[in-house]
Amino acid sequence: MKANREWIIKGIALAVWIGILISSGIAFAQHRQYKETVVLGEGVTQVKTLGDYFEPIKGTTNDCNIYILDSGVPGGTLLIMAAVHAEEPATNLAAQLIVENAGVTTGRVLVAIHENRSASTVTRPGDAYPQFYTVKTEWGEKKFRMGDRWANPLDSWPDPETYVHYPSGQMLAYMDTRNMNRTWPGRANGSLAEQTSYAFMRLIEQENVSLTIDLHEAELEYPIIGTIVAHQGALNVAAMASMMLTAQEFPIGMEISPLALHGLSHREIGDYSNSPCILLESPEPFLDRVRGVTDEALLLTGKDEFVMKAGEKGLLYWPIDENGWSIDIRVARHVRTVEKLTELWTRFHADTAMVFSGLPSYEEMVDNGVGHYFTDPATVSANRLAFE
Amino acid sequence: MTIMILYYIMAAFFGVVLLWNFVKSKDVQKAILYLVILMPFVLRVFRLK
Repeated sequence: MKANREWIIKGIALAVWIGILISSGIAFAQHRQYKETVVLGEGVTQVKTLGDYFEPIKGTTNDCNIYILDSGVPGGTLLIMAAVHAEEPATNLAAQLIVENAGVTTGRVLVAIHENRSASTVTRPGDAYPQFYTVKTEWGEKKFRMGDRWANPLDSWPDPETYVHYPSGQMLAYMDTRNMNRTWPGRANGSLAEQTSYAFMRLIEQENVSLTIDLHEAELEYPIIGTIVAHQGALNVAAMASMMLTAQEFPIGMEISPLALHGLSHREIGDYSNSPCILLESPEPFLDRVRGVTDEALLLTGKDEFVMKAGEKGLLYWPIDENGWSIDIRVARHVRTVEKLTELWTRFHADTAMVFSGLPSYEEMVDNGVGHYFTDPATVSANRLAFE
Repeated sequence: MTIMILYYIMAAFFGVVLLWNFVKSKDVQKAILYLVILMPFVLRVFRLK
């Protein structure tokens, strides 16, 4: 009798367990396999993939699209990299807005929307991140994958006890072997993130990239926020952009890339290639440790009473009020800073000029919202669509 | 890649051991605990999480 009771309880527990396994398994698989649709704007002349520059990446999760906007007029080449940390959604949206809306009248612009694609196929365990977020447009809602700071362990496992950065030998946290902003300049036979960084270095070399811009977001508790971090090869451009934007449009700081902090894009890309690198940070309250409910609303509005309270206590490095930091403002900051940096680069380096056209102003992006700039994929022919 | 495959084999091995313990355990509370612990092993072996 007791044995029967034991097996009945175990049977019920097993059935519940199978139900949870199937429902969670389906949710995880749907997130990992979901493809974001990108409408190729008129400026896009070619779409390559990262594997075209480094064969071992071909066909892997990180074989991301490289969108090329070529003016046909000789000049420089700008590389924009986004979503290296896939939990920083304004970077993904800013890059997609540029691909869909920008024209180029001098030089070329290359865009990687999901620089570390693997990181966009997983969210942070234990932090209750939403798997997806949607942006309202005039034709409906556009859906995007939320991701994590690190590459998916399904693509890169196990982590070492300590991650030793190559080639500096600097010791970093174990999981940073999957953090693509700690693996520059990369290693041909390293972890997935190291190989991806290595592939981007080959791209920079083969495409003769003049300037690289790496888009990021940060928590308000972090001192490197609302700023431009520049390699010494682009200090004049970054400083001038910071002054002009702060005086005329919105406040943005400027910092010099530390010489002894290895693995970061703004340090290693400039040191190991001919292209200086500039990193941009916008404020994302969703990432703050003191935040409240971690949901899609917080991700999009950037409003959180706990983060605000921390600000009132002087615990933050960036201001926040009841208006929060909306996704529209964060995207607008990135797009406008990229355009300003390019404009100033051209002023300082006429031989490698790069000129954008067709990008909306900061005020237009904030007033209209980012969704206004996304085209309905249903109205576009299949050969003008790409998938991320 | 070789190390990754070995880790998958290890995960599968521990998964089988946990399932075996679930079947053999006479203590229902422990049996349920084995199932809870088993979940991440199965999700990893099936490359879901």
